[in-house]
Amino acid sequence: MKGTDALGEAAIRAGCRCYFGYPITPQNEVPEYMSRRMQEVGGVFLQGESEIASINMVLGAAASGMRAMTSSSSPGISLKQEGLSFLAALELPAVIVNINRGGPGLGNIAPSQGDYYQATRGGGHGDYRMPVYAPAYVQELYDITMKSFDVADLYRTPVMILGDGMMGQIVEPIYLHERPDVEIPPKDYILDGAENRPSRIIKSLILDPVEMEEHNWKLKRKYDLMAHELPEWEEFMTNDAKLTIIAYGTAARIAKGAVKRARSEGLKVGLLRPITLWPFPEEAIRNLAKKTKLFLVFEMSTGQMIDDVRLAVEGKVPCEFYGRPGGVVPIPQEIARIIERYWLQKEL
Amino acid sequence: MKIVYTRPKCLKPVPNHYCPGCGHSIIHRLICELVDEMNMRGRIICIPPAGCAVLAYNYFDFDVCESAHGRGCAIATGFKRAQPDRIIFTYQGDGDMAAIGTAETLHAANRGEKITSIFVNNAVYGMTGGQMAPTTMIGQKTTTSPYGRRTEVEGYPLKITELIATLPGAAYVVRTSLANPAKIRETKKAIKKAFEVQMAGAGYSLVEVLSPCPTNWKVSPREAFAYLEEKMEKEYPIGVMKDYTAKKDK
Ligand SMILES: Cc1ncc(C[n+]2csc(CCOP(=O)(O)OP(=O)(O)O)c2C)c(N)n1
Ligand code: SF4
Ligand SMILES: [Mg+2]
Repeated sequence: MKGTDALGEAAIRAGCRCYFGYPITPQNEVPEYMSRRMQEVGGVFLQGESEIASINMVLGAAASGMRAMTSSSSPGISLKQEGLSFLAALELPAVIVNINRGGPGLGNIAPSQGDYYQATRGGGHGDYRMPVYAPAYVQELYDITMKSFDVADLYRTPVMILGDGMMGQIVEPIYLHERPDVEIPPKDYILDGAENRPSRIIKSLILDPVEMEEHNWKLKRKYDLMAHELPEWEEFMTNDAKLTIIAYGTAARIAKGAVKRARSEGLKVGLLRPITLWPFPEEAIRNLAKKTKLFLVFEMSTGQMIDDVRLAVEGKVPCEFYGRPGGVVPIPQEIARIIERYWLQKEL
Repeated sequence: MKIVYTRPKCLKPVPNHYCPGCGHSIIHRLICELVDEMNMRGRIICIPPAGCAVLAYNYFDFDVCESAHGRGCAIATGFKRAQPDRIIFTYQGDGDMAAIGTAETLHAANRGEKITSIFVNNAVYGMTGGQMAPTTMIGQKTTTSPYGRRTEVEGYPLKITELIATLPGAAYVVRTSLANPAKIRETKKAIKKAFEVQMAGAGYSLVEVLSPCPTNWKVSPREAFAYLEEKMEKEYPIGVMKDYTAKKDK
C-alpha cells in the first residue's frame, strides 16, 4: 500500500470522521483518499479555502467531540501554526500531518526534513509542546496514524505526524489491522448544546497573569507526563557500535542501508532512529553515550535535530553532522562513505 | 401584576464590562431573549470573536467556544459539519469579520454553511483602542487614521454584507441599526429570522448590526446614537438585502 493511502485508511479505521484540508504537493493524495473514503463511511470531508480555515474547521469539529484531522506540507503548515497554538491552549485533540518539502519559502516539492524545528519547538506562539511522530516505514505510518488519535484524545493535545514526499509515495506491503483497544476517557469538555447540563466554555484567554501562570504549569505537568510516557525509538545494531548514526524518517531508512554496508565491511556501526521527535528519546541516547565512541547525526536539512542530540549527550561523546538539505535524497553508499571517513579520521 | 420586563434566563446575572452606551450589551440581550423565547439553549453554540465581545462567555449561559481573530466562520463550519442538528452562530466585529476574517467569512457564506453570523459594525477596532477598521467611514478619525480616513490612502469602507448578499450560498442577509428602540426591535426580528433560516437549512444567514462605540468615537452615548442614524446609516443603508423566503413566496 502507498504511504498516503495507508495514512488515510488508518485514520478512517481509527474513527476519524472529519477531514479538512487545502491542496498542496506532495500530500494531495491524502485529501484525495479522504474525499473518497469519508463519503463511504458517512464522515465529513471538506476542502477549506486555506490552511488557516482548515485547521480552524478541525478545531470546531474537535470541540464537537469528533476525531478530526488535517494534512498539509511545509508552507501550509506555517499557516496552521496559529490554529496549532489554539488547539494546544484549548486542549483539543487533533491530528496534523506535515509531509515536509524543501524550503524555506516555496522551496520545492522534494523530500526534506527542514521543518524539524518548527514541529518540535512549537511553531505557533506560546508556551506549549506537541507530540511529533516521524514514521519511516509504511506499516509504521499506518500504526502511528492510528495511535496518534488515541494519544490526542488521552492527553487532549494536537499530535503531528511528520513525514516527507518519499514516505508518502513509497509502496510497501502492510497489515491493515483494526483499531487497538484503548480506553478513551469520556469527553466531558465538548460543546454540543447545554441540554440538561450547565453551559460550558472552551477558551484560552486568561487575563490574570497569576491564573495564566497556574494554567501554564498545569500544561507543563501534562507535557512532563507525555515526555515520560511517549518517547519511542528504534535501535539497530547499537549494542557493540563504536559509531552510532542518529537519523529519523526517510534519512533513517537510508542510514540503515549504510549501516548494513559498513557492517559487511566489519565496521561496528549502529543506528538509533527517534520515532518521536517530541518527546525526544533522550534517555536512549544518553544510555548509548555510555557505550559508543562517536555519534553521527544525519538529517535531510542543514542540521536541526543535532541540537536535541547534543542536549541529550551533554558533551560526553563527540557529535558529528552530515546533512543534505534542499530535497536531495542521498543513496546509502554516500552515507557509508561518510561513515568510513569518520571511522578512519577518529581512529575507531 | 404583570411582569413586562425581566432579565433573560440565558443572560448571566453579572455586571458586564462594556462601556456605557455600547451596542454589544444591547445585542447580547437581544440574543439571550431569543435563545429563551425560541427555546434554543440546549442546542445552540456561540463562537465569539477576538474583539470587545471576546468575553461573551461571561454573559451567555449556553455553550461558547473561543476563536482566534477572524476565524469564527471556519470554526463554526467545523461545529456545524460535525453536529448538523445544532444551531451555530458566530458573533463578530468589523475587524474580525471584514478584515482578518474576510476569507473565512466569504467562503463559509459561499458554501452555504447553515450557520448564522451576527456582525457588529461599529466602524472601529474597539478592543484594541479605536484603530481604523475596514468599515471606518471616509473622513472618520481613528487612532491610526488621525487625519481622517482618506480614500486615496486607506481605501473605502468595505461593505462585506453587500458582497455576501451576492453569493448564492447566503439565504438571508440584512443590515439593521441600534439607533432607536424601534430599530432595536427590528434588529431582534432580524436575528430571529436568521436563526429560523438556519434551522430551515436554507443556507448562510447574516445580520449586520450598526452599533455605537461611544468610547472610541469619543462622543457621549446620546451623541453616538445620533451619529449612528445620521452618519452610519447613510454609508450603510439598513434593510433586507437578501431573503430566500421572500423569493419562495413569489
Ligand atoms: C491575529 C491577531 N491579530 C490582532 C489581534 C488584536 N485584536 C484583537 S481584537 C482586534 C480588533 C477588534 O475590532 P473589531 O473586530 O471591530 O471588534 P470590536 O472590538 O470593535 O467589537 C484586534 C486587532 C488578535 N487578537 N489576533
Ligand atoms: S470600546 Fe467601544 S465596542 Fe468596546 S466596549 Fe467600549 S463602547 Fe463597546
Ligand atoms: Mg469594531
